[in-house]
Amino acid sequence: MVSRHDLSHAFRIKGRNFSKAGSVSIDIKEILRELGIDPAIVRRAAIAAYEAEMNVVMYADKGEMILRLNPKAIRITLEDEGPGIEDIEMAMQEGYSTATEEIREMGFGAGMGLPNIKKNADVFELKSTVGKGTSYNIIIYLNSTGKT
Amino acid sequence: MTLRELADLLEAEVISGEQHLDEEFKCAGASDLMSDVLAFGESGVVLLTGLANTQSIRTADIIEAKAIVYVRGKKPNKEGIALAQERDIPILSTRFFMYKACGLLYSRKVSGVRNQ
Repeated sequence: MVSRHDLSHAFRIKGRNFSKAGSVSIDIKEILRELGIDPAIVRRAAIAAYEAEMNVVMYADKGEMILRLNPKAIRITLEDEGPGIEDIEMAMQEGYSTATEEIREMGFGAGMGLPNIKKNADVFELKSTVGKGTSYNIIIYLNSTGKT
Repeated sequence: MTLRELADLLEAEVISGEQHLDEEFKCAGASDLMSDVLAFGESGVVLLTGLANTQSIRTADIIEAKAIVYVRGKKPNKEGIALAQERDIPILSTRFFMYKACGLLYSRKVSGVRNQ
């Protein structure tokens, strides 16, 4: 069993690898669940991670997601290499999407992803450089009850 | 309602998760949009969907859905069925269209997700 105090785990995500899409977030969910963290907190972290992971698969070339855990919080960071987001303010609005038809056929690209990360996180920071990539910083406090 | 009662009501084929059929489920929700399922789904929900790809199973896993019911006779491929078995998510398939499947559950007073 991994100690709660020193957990840091990195995962690689490949862009456009739809058959594996979501598997990193399921691994994250299992790690947190096995550590005995409150299921409601695990669920929020898993949803936020999954939305971020899907964004890499759908839009970027590749990305690295890092799960860190300390006695107070879960922190999930993600750095991707890809086209970046031109207008973060617009992308944060529910329903705004630049998804292709292929992505929509997969059941995604409804413009809910980033707002849903925000909804499930206590802290959500998003930075992007067009033509380079996007970075996510997601924090969920272990003693929080959630905002939904 | 138990998953077995749901299977009888929807005349559904149980594709995997037979061992869970006597378990109760909390509520039901229907969507082909996994983005919406992630945003509005709740744990313990039975997800009705016409989207039979592996993403429907991973999404159900992430939101801790109780089971997936595929409508219009759809079924996931072998890879999807293996994933559902590995993740211990019961999957069923009904020949009914989404409207009828939802209508039958609603008529038996199965509630929707809280956010509705």
